[in-house]
Amino acid sequence: MVQKWRILAFFMIVILLGGLISQTAMSTAEDTNLGLDLQGGFEILYEIEPAEEDQDEVTEDMLNATVSALNQRVNVLGVSEPYISIEGEDRIRVQLAGVEDQQQARDLLSTEAELTFRDVEDNEILSGDSLEQGGAGINFDQQDNTPNVSVTLQNGEEFGEATEYILENFDPPENRLVIWLDFDEDENSYVEEMTQEDPEFLSAPTVSEPLYTSNVEIQGDFTLEEAEFIAEVLDAGSLPVEMEEIYSNAVGASLGEEALDNTIYAGLIGIALILAYMMVYYRFMGVIAAVTLTAYIYIVMNVFNWIEGVLTLPGLAALILGVGMAVDANIITYERIKEELKAGRSVMSAFKAGARRSFTTILDANVTTILAAGVLFYFGTSSVQGFAVMLIVSILTSFLTAVYGSRLLLGLWVKSRIFNKKPGVFGVKESDIREL
Amino acid sequence: MNFNFERKNIDFVKHRKKFFILPAIVAMIGIILLSTIGLNLGIDFESGSRVEVMNEEGSFTEEEVQNAFEAAGGYEPDDITLAGDDHEQAHARFIGVLDQNEIAEIQTYFDEEYGAEPSVSTVSPQVGQELAMNALISVLIASVGIIIYVSIRFELLYGLAAILALAHDAFFIITVFSITQLEVNVPFIAAVLTIVGYSINDTIVTFDRIRENMQKAEKLETFADLSQVVNHSLLQTLARSINTVLTVVFAAGAIFLLGGQGIQTFAFALLIGLVAGTYSSLFLASQVWLVWKHKQLERQRQKAAAKEAEA
Repeated sequence: MVQKWRILAFFMIVILLGGLISQTAMSTAEDTNLGLDLQGGFEILYEIEPAEEDQDEVTEDMLNATVSALNQRVNVLGVSEPYISIEGEDRIRVQLAGVEDQQQARDLLSTEAELTFRDVEDNEILSGDSLEQGGAGINFDQQDNTPNVSVTLQNGEEFGEATEYILENFDPPENRLVIWLDFDEDENSYVEEMTQEDPEFLSAPTVSEPLYTSNVEIQGDFTLEEAEFIAEVLDAGSLPVEMEEIYSNAVGASLGEEALDNTIYAGLIGIALILAYMMVYYRFMGVIAAVTLTAYIYIVMNVFNWIEGVLTLPGLAALILGVGMAVDANIITYERIKEELKAGRSVMSAFKAGARRSFTTILDANVTTILAAGVLFYFGTSSVQGFAVMLIVSILTSFLTAVYGSRLLLGLWVKSRIFNKKPGVFGVKESDIREL
Repeated sequence: MNFNFERKNIDFVKHRKKFFILPAIVAMIGIILLSTIGLNLGIDFESGSRVEVMNEEGSFTEEEVQNAFEAAGGYEPDDITLAGDDHEQAHARFIGVLDQNEIAEIQTYFDEEYGAEPSVSTVSPQVGQELAMNALISVLIASVGIIIYVSIRFELLYGLAAILALAHDAFFIITVFSITQLEVNVPFIAAVLTIVGYSINDTIVTFDRIRENMQKAEKLETFADLSQVVNHSLLQTLARSINTVLTVVFAAGAIFLLGGQGIQTFAFALLIGLVAGTYSSLFLASQVWLVWKHKQLERQRQKAAAKEAEA
């Protein structure tokens, strides 16, 4: 008995998938941020000065440290692939792609992220050096649910002493601990700012008792974006330098203006060839592969957009490798099924055995590659990281589509029993089948 | 269409010594070339000059900028990027630092022709070098990781042979780029990393089959027994190996032929790597494993015999 509902279910899935993809593919493509090499972006040239007063020369170490701190800031997930280069003695050029809010990007880049605690007379009591790296975050106020920035100090003793100092030396209402981000000796003072509607300092809480704690909450009437921004730059680490913007500009695609169109065109041809080959060689199973590969590309691009990735040539390379591995997973499974068919198994049991036996192969191959990608992500910088992220996303997705997706779709047909005693559908000739 | 290799009589093992010759020659050529002429490092890895030109009268095209530099005194920028909202600016990068006379010549020419004096700055290659260095270190660390994982899931010898194949593939691309003196830039690194990924995947799939057939094998006493297992496994996975590499070649080949100038070198590196990767997983990795495994079994046997003799 052929179970027609399974075949119907298959077509339902394919139609739904096709509908979803055809409806949203264009917006997915539009949402994809393209990198500097394919589409260009904008650039800012900075001049560097030492942040510490006692230093007057920009050293090579300082420049390198600045570049890595900048990289951290723009490249939170390792997917933005900024191009940062050192020019001359004291200049850094930053190129960014796929940035929607240029002003926010500027703020993020140029802040020194130097957090200081001062008294009302602007004397520094505690500096940002005592912050725990990676200890900044956002907390929501329990009373009014406004976002606060929380920071972690290396030891609570220091903060306790700072609060003691305020209590001893200042009487109300001057007993305040003023918290500044990027305090400028020449321009900023508490006395001036306290009367402003939107003061430059983050907050100035009253100290009424000594606080021996390493967790400090900064309540500064922040918007959520502001709080996130401050927490982010504090976590990425402060800059050892002051950066002065010299100019900013739009830049074109570094691979040339036609790079994008050519690449898309070439990519589509490549994929079409792969799908055609799969269908010719694996017949019916090739059709299933075509469906799962299409789903694979669609899912990868959506996930990549979701993590706000910027697609560059290295990312594209990872995508090609991912397509290769997704195809490979299909091929491994289908070859196994064919082998089992040739060994004389029935279509049903060949499908089950093939799926089971190919699983460990695919798993081991994928885990090894993902392991390598993980190391690249952890130790690599910009392009290498972008490559690794795309590769990880690709492998995980291909595992999902090429193993489980393929199994589900093929399973619907096999289990419907429509192919019973028809190994030809799988590209296996009767004459190749060994008698049991 | 169908590949039917299992019943064909192809022997991948008998001629293994001949198979090892080719990689050995390539490795030798590679070492000699890299220590003499080296690679043609692009602007990402070499210090250079960057000239920003402005067009007061309109917009630039890449070709126009190229021609202008040629006319200014025979300069050939290694990279030109258009900038500005209407492409009224262009950045030209040169490998090697321009001297005062050259800068003056370029500035005068552009000032006269386009009405604005270009600004020239030197670019240091630290960032690109760090990227390449990090990539190299990452691959080395990843190799250790792969050896550990494969040792747990398979056996140490498989891991070592897989890394040998990986090194072969990466080194092959580097050698070819040294021979052809094609420019090495950041995308090249991405291509090498892609091939590293492909190579691992490919080798593991073959080794997985060898592992399975080793467990099934009834006797594994002589070298012939072992080589039979290896040869049989290679034949069983041959259709898969060919189909997989073909599909990736479709993608890389399409980009090579249609992808335009900037991407061609990158796709070329991928194609070279795919050839190397296929060679190493068919003719190198399994054969090397076979030789090592045989030695290991011999040693175990000798030890066992020695023990027996003692007792």
